[in-house]
Amino acid sequence: MNSRAIQVLVGLFMLLFILAMLVLALRVSNLTSLSGGESYSLVAKFENIGGLKEGASVAASGVRVGEVSSIEYDAGTFEAIVNLSIDAKFNSFPLDTSASIYTAGLLGEQYIGLEPGAEIDALVDSDEIDQTQSAIVLERLIGQVLFSRSGED
Amino acid sequence: MIDLVQRFGLFWLNILASLGRASMFLAQMVTALPSLLKRPSLTVRELYSTGVKTLSIILVSGLFVGMVLALQGYNILIDFGQENRTGTLVALTLVRELGPVVAGLLFAGRAGSAMTAEIGLMKATEQLSGLEMMAVDPFKRVYAPRFLAGCLSLPMLAAMFSAIGAFGGYLLSVEVLGVDASAYWSLMQSSVSFTSDVGNGLVKGAVFGFVVTWIAIFQGAECIPTSEGVSSATTRTVVYSSLAILALDFLLTAIMF
Repeated sequence: MNSRAIQVLVGLFMLLFILAMLVLALRVSNLTSLSGGESYSLVAKFENIGGLKEGASVAASGVRVGEVSSIEYDAGTFEAIVNLSIDAKFNSFPLDTSASIYTAGLLGEQYIGLEPGAEIDALVDSDEIDQTQSAIVLERLIGQVLFSRSGED
Repeated sequence: MIDLVQRFGLFWLNILASLGRASMFLAQMVTALPSLLKRPSLTVRELYSTGVKTLSIILVSGLFVGMVLALQGYNILIDFGQENRTGTLVALTLVRELGPVVAGLLFAGRAGSAMTAEIGLMKATEQLSGLEMMAVDPFKRVYAPRFLAGCLSLPMLAAMFSAIGAFGGYLLSVEVLGVDASAYWSLMQSSVSFTSDVGNGLVKGAVFGFVVTWIAIFQGAECIPTSEGVSSATTRTVVYSSLAILALDFLLTAIMF
């Protein structure tokens, strides 16, 4: 094979690699959702985050508006501090927005749902969401059921 | 009795000695790499031999592996009502494990053995001695281009394997088995992370390429210069490369995941 043909074929090989990487990046992995620009962060403190993980969705009315960027523990107030990264175009959440931890489906992964309140002023970067509701822990629920049943007897 | 002990000790000492020779060989190859910048046509030619020629087996195998994963995964997941997650199963298995490993094994069998046979034959027909007599460094002319080509080719082939496997899984799940197409892709996209899954797969591919090419070239350069010697060097390349790939895969998975 002459060297010109070899060079063309190696060039095609490289092109095929770039194509494969594009397929892997855009169709197979989560890179599409990472793009899209600016975001601002909010803080929410929970008593119990259940199975919430970093990278979990933050949704308002069921639509994804951001994600959980980090989860820390506050040893002073004994609460979990969850940092949310919200897309910059959703910048009109009222000051009394509440954050609750829900489960997708029956036994799916957990996400944070935001319910807007009635205040006029909006949350800005580094604000804290005051009203939070912890995740439902199955063992506590069972304990409550047993306790209320034994109360009836 | 003493003879047995002696031979047992000699066996292990020989292994250590060949490991030492292989490391010195690697050091010489790596120091010869900068000279490749002056002669890029050598590397391009070797990329053709190792990469382009292996493409057909990689693409066909990738397609079939993806389809088999989708089929088996579907059969298991349907019992839990989670057949929509077939995409996740296929993609994560391919990108994290099967892509680099199977592509590496196929590469070792096709390109690795070809490299060993080529270099072994050069040694047997005294071409390498001829080069040395003309004061041409075989490391710069023969070994380093093949080494660079192998190190570059395998991660690329592993990525192509994973991509076509995901597509093969899509073809089987959505067209034949009836999984919802948007569920297949969206659940897959939400669980495969580009940086940690695809990225780690590429790292594995690079490490495997390094080791397989090193073994292939060393066995070729070290072989006994007869036709029998070349054939046993070729089989040794395939066996050692396969063992190294599987052992390193375990090690890298333990480190990365």
